[in-house]
Amino acid sequence: MTADPASGGRRPRRQSFWTSESVRQGLRQAFVKLDPRTLVRNPVMFVVEVGSAFTTADAVRYAVAGNLGQFSFVAQISLWLWLTVLFANFAEAMAEGRGEAHAQFLRQSRTETSARRQLPDGTVEVVGASDLRKGDIVLVSAGDVIPGDGDVIEGIAAVDESAITGESAPVIRESGGDRSAVTGGTRVISDSLKVQITASPGESFLDKMISLIESAKRQKTPNEIALALLLAGLTLIFLVVVITVAPFAAYSHATVSVTVLIALLVALAPTTIGGLLSAIGISGVNRLFERNVLALSGRAVEAAGDANVIMLDKTGTLTLGNRQATEFLPAVGVSQAVLAKAAELSSLADETPEGRSVVILAQTKYGLEESPSDADGMTFVPFTAETRMSGVDVDGRQIRKGAVDSVVEWCGQAPDTALREQVGRIAGSGGTPLLVAEPARILGVIHLKDVVKPGIREKLESLRQAGIRTVMVTGDNPVTAAAVAAEVGVDDFLAEATPERKMEYVKSMKAEGYMVAMVGDGTNDAPALASADVAVAMNTGTMAAREAGNMVDLDSQPTKLIEIVEVGKQILITRGALTTFSVTNDVAKYFAIIPAMFVVAYPGLNALNIMHLTSPQTAILSAIIFNALVIPALIPLALRGVRYRPASAAVILRKNLLIYGLGGLVVPFVGIKLIDLIVTALHLVSTVR
Amino acid sequence: MTWQGVAQIFVLLAAVAVLARVMGGYMFRVFEGGHTFLDPVLVPVERTVYRLCGMRADEEMRWTVYLRNLLIVNAVGFVLLFALLGLQQFLPLNPAHQPRVPFWVSVNTAVSFVTNTNWQVYAGETTLSYLSQIWLTVQQFVSPVTGICLFLVIARGFARHQTGTLGNFWHDFVRALLWVALPLAILGAIVLVALGSPQNFSAYVHATTLQGGHQLIAQGPVASMTSIMQLGDNGGGFFNMNAAQPYAGPNVVALVVQLLLGFAVPAGCIYLFGKMIGDVRQSWAFYAVMAIMFLAGALLLYHSEAVGNPIINHLGAAGQSNWVGKETRFGIGSTSLFENSTTAISWGSVAASNDSLTPLGGMVTLFNMMTGEVIFGSWGVGMVGMIAYAVLAVFLAGLMVGRTPEYLGKKIESFEVKMSVLAMIVPSFVILILAAISVLSGAGRAGIFNPGPHGLSEVLYAFSSGVGNNGSAFGGLNSASPWYSATVGLAMLLGRFPMYIPLVAMAGALARKQRIPVTAGTFPTHTPLFVGLLTGTVVVVGALLFFPALALGPLAEQFVMQAGHVF
Repeated sequence: MTADPASGGRRPRRQSFWTSESVRQGLRQAFVKLDPRTLVRNPVMFVVEVGSAFTTADAVRYAVAGNLGQFSFVAQISLWLWLTVLFANFAEAMAEGRGEAHAQFLRQSRTETSARRQLPDGTVEVVGASDLRKGDIVLVSAGDVIPGDGDVIEGIAAVDESAITGESAPVIRESGGDRSAVTGGTRVISDSLKVQITASPGESFLDKMISLIESAKRQKTPNEIALALLLAGLTLIFLVVVITVAPFAAYSHATVSVTVLIALLVALAPTTIGGLLSAIGISGVNRLFERNVLALSGRAVEAAGDANVIMLDKTGTLTLGNRQATEFLPAVGVSQAVLAKAAELSSLADETPEGRSVVILAQTKYGLEESPSDADGMTFVPFTAETRMSGVDVDGRQIRKGAVDSVVEWCGQAPDTALREQVGRIAGSGGTPLLVAEPARILGVIHLKDVVKPGIREKLESLRQAGIRTVMVTGDNPVTAAAVAAEVGVDDFLAEATPERKMEYVKSMKAEGYMVAMVGDGTNDAPALASADVAVAMNTGTMAAREAGNMVDLDSQPTKLIEIVEVGKQILITRGALTTFSVTNDVAKYFAIIPAMFVVAYPGLNALNIMHLTSPQTAILSAIIFNALVIPALIPLALRGVRYRPASAAVILRKNLLIYGLGGLVVPFVGIKLIDLIVTALHLVSTVR
Repeated sequence: MTWQGVAQIFVLLAAVAVLARVMGGYMFRVFEGGHTFLDPVLVPVERTVYRLCGMRADEEMRWTVYLRNLLIVNAVGFVLLFALLGLQQFLPLNPAHQPRVPFWVSVNTAVSFVTNTNWQVYAGETTLSYLSQIWLTVQQFVSPVTGICLFLVIARGFARHQTGTLGNFWHDFVRALLWVALPLAILGAIVLVALGSPQNFSAYVHATTLQGGHQLIAQGPVASMTSIMQLGDNGGGFFNMNAAQPYAGPNVVALVVQLLLGFAVPAGCIYLFGKMIGDVRQSWAFYAVMAIMFLAGALLLYHSEAVGNPIINHLGAAGQSNWVGKETRFGIGSTSLFENSTTAISWGSVAASNDSLTPLGGMVTLFNMMTGEVIFGSWGVGMVGMIAYAVLAVFLAGLMVGRTPEYLGKKIESFEVKMSVLAMIVPSFVILILAAISVLSGAGRAGIFNPGPHGLSEVLYAFSSGVGNNGSAFGGLNSASPWYSATVGLAMLLGRFPMYIPLVAMAGALARKQRIPVTAGTFPTHTPLFVGLLTGTVVVVGALLFFPALALGPLAEQFVMQAGHVF
């Protein structure tokens, strides 16, 4: 089955930022966003815009007065100040543009459909989907679009959810169990369902997704608010610093023009981070979306970065999820080959993954020929819950494999001491021993083992280095759980996990001050999800789980929790790195602008002109050009995020301080000097000292 | 520069480290439960004080209640002192018949001694009666003890978890007075008397000099006042000449004793903080930051004084070094160290005339104060200022490890950022705005004795000293004029209460928070890397705020001087 083309095809995934369409759109938005009413939300950029307006007026004044020398200088400063604002707006617009593309896609699915509502008396009426209320019961059959979010209360059907997940393979939805949630806008492909609506119009999952993506720019996360406060505070402080320069200069008989003061203010204000802050946040939510994870709030994304305990389900996340045969251990007096042959025969008709793995092991490791599975004279004995074993009768020979005590009872013979020890060892290591026997003769043991996913151990190790505790959640008994936990390399495990125990564990971790991230799907996970800080619900899960979570993984891959944590960290690191870069940049700008401002009054201050910039005018213009250009130069970094590899905080800090702290000190010295050389060569402004 | 001159800086820092350990451990036992050898004597006294004053010293207070009591005590101190200065001509203990103190001078002095600034716009021995001097001494106990209380309440914000209360003000106040201030002051006074400082209530002595001239030699309770002046990082000396006066600073040993007295409690607070939060590694990181900044300042100051003024050197006069305004008994090295210390630990007591330092040397003292008196600083508040810088540093760089910034197990969120930014805004705004108005206004310019960049340095110094509650003066400024009495008074007040109240509120919020366990993902704040980060933050923030002002003041003067021109 393939996706219904009418449902809109695949959702856009990781696309290039720089398509001509998105750039054109971004440029237009950059000008739209000059509106001071919207810009006032970003105090740093608002100050730059007000400053630009002032210097522009100043330029006009010089033009009218016919002072072309000053006009040229002030006009160029004004131009670059305006560009600073435009670059910042462009960054934000580019980030929003990517979100808008996602929202556009989702909106296509939200077409108005009709619904067949079943009234309490059993009659059915046709109503618009928007008339449905929470609690209504609707009937949907093959070909229908499900009119709203709900839980399946009757029936089983294949549903095409590509409209929201982008995955074309249909999924099964059925009443009861953990696969009962259906999403409005998805399409039933086969059979029919009776669905109880769980969300009123406008509050559905799809609505939430669209509004979240569209409004990413409007909700600020706690860290963003704190950072914005700091940036506003810094801007205010620099405003006072610059305003007080005027009286100090007047006292010192130095003439400083308003344009130069505004240039100093803009150079000092944290424009780099101020211009890129919202783009960083928006692009973080988008990056998750491209990984098919939907964060229901920006706060949740940030909390993911803070998580220091992550709870991972054993099966499917840490292990491959099905036990596999890894070795044959023959009884005393039985050869490997005999045991392997017997094991293979007994499993030929066993279509379970365990059974197939026995056959594969026998053929690959013990080099047995492939045996015909439908050979005459073979009678297969299937596994039942009562016998707890399966096997084959061939050529009058009976072979059985199964749980140790059942097989011992059937065979009437106890295993020898050595074999008993092996059985104990296997059980102790978290594996499952399968006894293989003929009547009155034990042949040996098959070791079935939960196989750890390749690469997971290394992944968990790197998380540990980053200070994140990993907890394995499993329904296994404590002995088995401990053995698997040791093999996988988790820090802790929760054995015999029930919904209550899970929730208690989450709560106890939180009481110790940890931030807990977990994945859940079933209704019984909902309480634990609701108490976790980062709760990722599987899209295949129940509606209750989805509502308790603050993120939904559309692919339903529990391993993705690790990626989510990494994206959360990346957003925070990117913000911190650009803030540090922005603040340390100021040192070089001071050394460019301050000597330029006062060198006329105190020629000795030229000693502070350590970059040997050509003239006061080239120095100031170069600093402002650098300040403006650094924003577009960093847009790709803001949208992509600083690269994150799990490591200890000390290591990450050292690396990032070196790059963005020390780099922030050094880069502008080089950049301003280079720009000054160009400005001088082109004679853009007066080069007279 | 001589190797002895350099070595003594290191010796001093080593001694301060020992002092920090000893005093911090002692104070931890005093304030956070424990026994000290003074308990048998002082516990009964303490009980009596509580009973007489009706203080309930065992109930826990929220930060608002704690702060209210602290402000009331300081307000009462202000009113009493102000009244006393205005009425001293009618009051006893006035053998020299000093008249009433002028209005603006009394306002300024009352603020000055309440805020632990001890900026003196008067000459002590020619303005004040003995009673006034004694009451100033009382304030010299109360104001640093207030600083300790501010420190304790803020440190508890980090030390406590999920609680609304931050200790009891009366408990902290009385214990700081009885266990810390009084015993050390007495000890210091005894040592100073032994070294030659007078301690009496006698009238001034008329002397006829060898040339037959007449001189009035002031005396009085000099040793006790000098002891608490240095111990409490007050700086309000008995004499106008302060520590350079032979009675207050009889010899080099006395100077060293005074230095150590001044460092004792501020350094002790560093270690006390670590004890309170249960991690003394943090203390040594703070110590390292302060020591590095102290060392850098002391070396730069010493160097620029030792090299001296190129113009005079060119004339071939007076050796090489800058001896102007220095106490010749102590030498260049010791005096430079003393001046760096006085601006670093906010005691404001001077052994030289800072006005006569070389421009760069003067800039070091200025910068020490502009960074907010955090290089050891005065009792408690120096450490508090450094903690505020640490919060900012952690917030700025902490995001770079990919977690919500946290400091000492507490999340730094928007409220904490807001409060620490406020605490940073206050001193910078006060210095810049008041200095700007002063150089613009006629009243302000009239008080500047030296024109040009040197005058700007004088004005900047006055407000930096005021807002930093330092109290040392650069000189060369008519600080007794109504303009500077009023504005510096305002600066002192703003630099004491509005600067630290936001941080107390921050502590209230922090105490309510849960402690986040330390993992490998935690931003480490005890490593050399953090020491570098914090030092960098203090220097960069200070430089960003004051670079333009400093460029037009001391830097301009320095470069002009090198070009052969003086002001």
